[in-house]
Amino acid sequence: MIRVQEADFDIGRELAGLTEGRRDIGGLACFVGLVRDMLRQPEAGEETVTAMTLEHYPGMTEKRLAEIEAEARARWPLQASLIIHRVGRLLPGERIVLVATASSHRQAALESCQFLIDWLKTQAPFWKLEETSSGAHWVAARESDDQAAERWRRS
Amino acid sequence: MKLLYFAWLRGKLGKATEELSPPPGVGTVGQLLDWLETLGPAYKSALADRRVVKVAVNLEYVGAEHPVAPGDEVALFPPVTGG
Repeated sequence: MIRVQEADFDIGRELAGLTEGRRDIGGLACFVGLVRDMLRQPEAGEETVTAMTLEHYPGMTEKRLAEIEAEARARWPLQASLIIHRVGRLLPGERIVLVATASSHRQAALESCQFLIDWLKTQAPFWKLEETSSGAHWVAARESDDQAAERWRRS
Repeated sequence: MKLLYFAWLRGKLGKATEELSPPPGVGTVGQLLDWLETLGPAYKSALADRRVVKVAVNLEYVGAEHPVAPGDEVALFPPVTGG
């Protein structure tokens, strides 16, 4: 299931909902991404992030997330999966994204969860605008994120 | 043709969307970007570094050789940074 929303989400309720009434799920894995107040670039010194605004491409975002989720379900035997991504202005400490996967066994759940967040980061059309004491600037894509996604690519 | 701009591309161009009618001869994404650059200094500046301009046609990521047609929705945006 895919949700793109401004509202926060309740981690406990979302995870419980994924497994409710099921008796075939042996493992549930999740990743939660949060806004942190530290800048990515160490050379920026003591500067901190005071807020972050998530922009996206409505229509393409949902389509791309559904494709990424379908790819995970084709690669691993999953009983349930969920991606929630927030948009709009968020403060440090707030939740940005939840990825959860459930399977009979832990390995499929853990691996597919990591796959989903790695691919989401490099393929879903979201952009982060950081507000700092020196002004607002768009976050640049990181090569390490591309590398993380690349290791899931099949030749 | 409907053009959409996101993140700093929207900022540099000063608009989120516009309807444009490229001239005959603009048949690919690469040719479209070349033509957009002729529309003014803001376009030239925004599209100067093609490595950081990603393109989606009708909600699909495409490369410079991909065809574009009058009814298409073409989105230009920087590399994505979600998650």
